[in-house]
Amino acid sequence: MSATSTAPQPAAHEIRAILERIPYCRFLGITAGLDDDGELISVLRFGPQIVGNAMLPAIHGGVIGAFLETAAIVEVMRQAPAVGLAKPVDLTIAYLRSARAVDTFAKAIVTKHGRRVTNVRVEAWQGERARPIATAQGHFLVARDDDAR
Amino acid sequence: MGDSPILDAVNERKGLLIEYVPHSVALGLVVVDAKPGEAWLRVPYDEKLVGNPATGVIHGGVITTLLDNAAGVAVATALQDMRSIATLDLRIDYMKPATPGRDVIGYCRCYKVTRHVAFVHGSAYHEDPNDPIATTAMTFMLGANEAPPAIGPRAKPKREDGER
Repeated sequence: MSATSTAPQPAAHEIRAILERIPYCRFLGITAGLDDDGELISVLRFGPQIVGNAMLPAIHGGVIGAFLETAAIVEVMRQAPAVGLAKPVDLTIAYLRSARAVDTFAKAIVTKHGRRVTNVRVEAWQGERARPIATAQGHFLVARDDDAR
Repeated sequence: MGDSPILDAVNERKGLLIEYVPHSVALGLVVVDAKPGEAWLRVPYDEKLVGNPATGVIHGGVITTLLDNAAGVAVATALQDMRSIATLDLRIDYMKPATPGRDVIGYCRCYKVTRHVAFVHGSAYHEDPNDPIATTAMTFMLGANEAPPAIGPRAKPKREDGER
């Protein structure tokens, strides 16, 4: 729980409603849900429009990057609702395995929530959570617009 | 980097390396220009790419995808033979939000190719390369998804989960 957060943490259905209002998330098929332990996870529904390699087939690496970035933004928003949609500063993505033509899941962890910037780590997987297909680490701006960058 | 038959083919038909990529088609990506180890791609502004409905700014993931694709073309035109090109690592730095309503250009340069790995730098901008929206550094595995020989001294059991 973040020190900057005053509002209660939004529930999964509220996060889903926010993602539903983001055109790019609708286009890719990004939503959110709870895993067996009741933890919030992001979900990338497979669809033909996200395929990068039609021969394998595999999901486009850029889409996996977009999904990891969104999962990080979702987790920042959950922990600090006042921030809204945090602005990405930098993101480093490691591609570990090709992403097959099935649903993909991601869990983000806020490593450090600072006053102006937050450090987030994300892991994405498909069938088996212990075999991630990609990981990412990045920084997100959480200062409000009236603060200087 | 010398003349590449892949570059000739790309210059002959600009869409060659992206028109069979369903997601690139869905984004409306266009190859603007290509030189040996260099590529310029454009993504047209579209409402469906908006990441923040309050501002109309496109999602950072669109820039990531644009640059990943531009890098793929840059690596391909740096190679003498067609090989599979798989993104290994991609770092992106966001300097400023893209302006709503405007197309974005993604430029990438493949500055080094080794036996297994290609190295790329790039940036995204509207018109002025010196006023970037984002910059990137990437590495790519070459020949990652090529099937090993079925028999012979290099034969390996088939991998099932797309291991790099």
